[in-house]
Amino acid sequence: MTYEAKLRVWRGDDDGGELRDFAVDVNDGEVILDVIHRLQAEQAPDLAVRWNCKAGKCGSCSAEINGRPRLMCMTRMSTYDEAETITVTPLRAFPVIRDLVTDVSFNYEKAREVPAFAPPKDLQPGEYRMDQIDVERSQEFRKCIECFLCQDVCHVVRDHEENKKAFAGPRFLMRTAELDMHPLDTLDRKDMAQEDLGLGYCNITKCCTEVCPEHIKITDNAIIPMKERVADRKYDPVVWLGNILFNRTK
Amino acid sequence: MVEVERHSYDVVVIGAGGSGLRAVIEARQRGLKVAVVSKSLFGKAHTVMAEGGCAAAMGNANSKDSWKVHFADTMRGGKFLNNWRMAELHAQESAERVWELETYGALFDRTKDGRISQRNFGGHTYPRLAHVGDRTGLEIIRTLQQKIVSLQQEDKAELGDYEARIKVFAECSITELILDETGGEKRVAGAFGYWRETGEFILFEAPAVVLATGGIGKSFKVSSNSWEYSGDGHALALRAGSALINMEFIQFHPTGMVWPPSVKGILVTEGVRGDGGVLKNSEGKRFMFNYIPPVFKGQYAETEEEADQWLKDNDSARRTPDLLPRDEVARAINTEVKAGRGSPHGGVYLDIASRMTPEEIQRRLPSMYHQFLELAEVDITKDAMEVGPTCHYVMGGIEVDPDTGAAATLGLFAAGECSGGMHGSNRLGGNSLSDLLVFGRRAGLGAADYVRALSSRPTVSPAAVESAAELALVPFTGPQGTAKPENPYMLHSELQQTMNDLVGIIRNETEIREAMAKLEEYKVRFRNIESQGGRAFNPGWHLALDMRNMLLVSECVAKASLARTESRGGHTRDDHPKMDSEWRRTLLACRAGGNDPVVPEVTVTKERQAPMREDLLAQFDLEELGKYYTDEELAAHPGRTEELP
Repeated sequence: MTYEAKLRVWRGDDDGGELRDFAVDVNDGEVILDVIHRLQAEQAPDLAVRWNCKAGKCGSCSAEINGRPRLMCMTRMSTYDEAETITVTPLRAFPVIRDLVTDVSFNYEKAREVPAFAPPKDLQPGEYRMDQIDVERSQEFRKCIECFLCQDVCHVVRDHEENKKAFAGPRFLMRTAELDMHPLDTLDRKDMAQEDLGLGYCNITKCCTEVCPEHIKITDNAIIPMKERVADRKYDPVVWLGNILFNRTK
Repeated sequence: MVEVERHSYDVVVIGAGGSGLRAVIEARQRGLKVAVVSKSLFGKAHTVMAEGGCAAAMGNANSKDSWKVHFADTMRGGKFLNNWRMAELHAQESAERVWELETYGALFDRTKDGRISQRNFGGHTYPRLAHVGDRTGLEIIRTLQQKIVSLQQEDKAELGDYEARIKVFAECSITELILDETGGEKRVAGAFGYWRETGEFILFEAPAVVLATGGIGKSFKVSSNSWEYSGDGHALALRAGSALINMEFIQFHPTGMVWPPSVKGILVTEGVRGDGGVLKNSEGKRFMFNYIPPVFKGQYAETEEEADQWLKDNDSARRTPDLLPRDEVARAINTEVKAGRGSPHGGVYLDIASRMTPEEIQRRLPSMYHQFLELAEVDITKDAMEVGPTCHYVMGGIEVDPDTGAAATLGLFAAGECSGGMHGSNRLGGNSLSDLLVFGRRAGLGAADYVRALSSRPTVSPAAVESAAELALVPFTGPQGTAKPENPYMLHSELQQTMNDLVGIIRNETEIREAMAKLEEYKVRFRNIESQGGRAFNPGWHLALDMRNMLLVSECVAKASLARTESRGGHTRDDHPKMDSEWRRTLLACRAGGNDPVVPEVTVTKERQAPMREDLLAQFDLEELGKYYTDEELAAHPGRTEELP
């Protein structure tokens, strides 16, 4: 069942690079990452690629396959025609380090800008009580494996480096929604989502949801509800008047 | 003079999985300045792959549960070879550690009354595993990661710098511990390594190092482990003069995927069986009823009806033998396949489809559902999975003081999978995540106390740094003279095949000796290893450096396996099939020696196991202990003394 696949892989570093053609054997049931590993073992020993679990759980092996952001470990070769040339390139929204490895530090910087979980101060460990139905909303978002495919595909930053400063990206807007929906979180996160994390930049094209390997409904379940809550607050005339009359900031 | 980036910290934690991150949190909360060094990106460590849950006797699902029951289950699971003190601390503290995670923001699945839900697992008397569907490890690592971020936010507010007290050095590998030998006694002075991204060298000057590097599974071909599991901490500790114990005990998880070949070994959570899934052979028979070993007779259901009744109500029947400890289930599967009752791809069937509705399967086991659908084109809500044993966990590791995690080398601490003793000869599922939390915290505390008590800081000698740097660059030079250059990928692949075939799930003297001969050959060939390309993000070079550790650790596994002439837990000898009470109180300690600093010679010596404290021993009845202990050891048991006139 072995055949020889045609692979076109981007090789280079921050100074530039090019697509190189390779022919690599493929066995039954293999995924892109298997083929990249074979390429590495037999033809290109210094080919840089990130990976860990090889089971879709760690989110390390993100790349663009034929231009589409994917996990290499979860993309079966059988998805493609045997005669087709498969192009593998690094994530486009992040600076290249080498070959398929990019500098994803943007994401770790944004993670620090989301204020941490803030439980009620008097609640002791072991005393937390929450209903399953109430934790499920946030649990969906906690399935996130931080592969950063959503960050990569999001057009707010994909072709607009200048937006990175003001925009946290789908991953961290979702993190804010997750904390906002946590039954025991005490912070009001609506204003920070809008003002500090750039919620307003998102115009709900749902690209993030499409590429999410965990099938999290990022746009529908996280971002849109956050936008609605922000809208309630900002444009509700009663709230607006109350804020002015009682000098409320939140 | 070699160019090296230098940093100074109070504590350096090597490894950013569950135990490493918990150690960081503890040391930081004691006011120390901590570096955490990780081969991967932050949040990708192997903990992320743990599926089923985290064992803690909270008693939420059955109020009869207590730390004493958990302790006893752990000792039984390890065939009483466990370090009893570690098992005691673990059972006593794991509930607190889980509750603490909720204060960091973890969201476990809930019971009807809003507490943390607990599921059944192999070897645990009561439903005990706190879980989040089948992605518990992800929840735990993300929670710890986010706790560290929150501590960094506090530091930023107080000191103006996120990294004032905790800095994460991601994609950075440590190749050598640096010791200070000037005071007459060797003590830790720092750690030397390289940035994976640039290949440039980095030196941490620190009086205390916590090893939290995980396991050794990447030396085996069929493994559920990631590339990071090259036994770095095991090897660093050996070379620094500390000992490893129990290295012959390797856990083969009974249920790894077997097909397609490229995913062979990927884990299928025990939670499938915990939630009601059953093992069947090619004849459709639930074969586990035939494999209840004498030591567990009477503790497990003997008919399908009884096993199914237990699933509905734990208190009215005995548990299903599908949930025997992992060593027993893995051997049973192995035997079924050898007897010709296996599945088409050399495994057995794991059936959840006929036991639960499709909706419930998708809700309780979402990762398994996707894993099989996407990687094997099997819909587990309709068809049975094919599964077989996969190298999953090493019970052996660095010998440590149970209370502080201190290794023999001054200033060196270890926690989690790279430490040894806690799980004895076989770990129960769910006891790993709890182990990480309990002993990660204790090692962080131990390191903090050690640093605070120091009167003088150790120093790093320039010569030690020079030689570490020189050694790290050897692979680029390639072989001396006319020797054939070795491709690191090929050498690694041969090592994996050898360990898998010759020191795998079933062992014997002839095969182990064959493996040892091969390991000697690999050590020679390792001298000729050649890495092509430059130093920037070069996986071929990284693997060459990791091979040094894998060879050393593999030799420990092989030599200890040869020395232990009995079968127990994760060590099965078909030439010594019986469990031997004399061996129960004997530990095998591996130490590094000889004249080769690159891959030292391993020596194995017998050590006496510390006897269990009497009040704990009295928890077990004499009849059960008689299956494991020598007569002499039980002379003081209350059950025995009462019989006397």
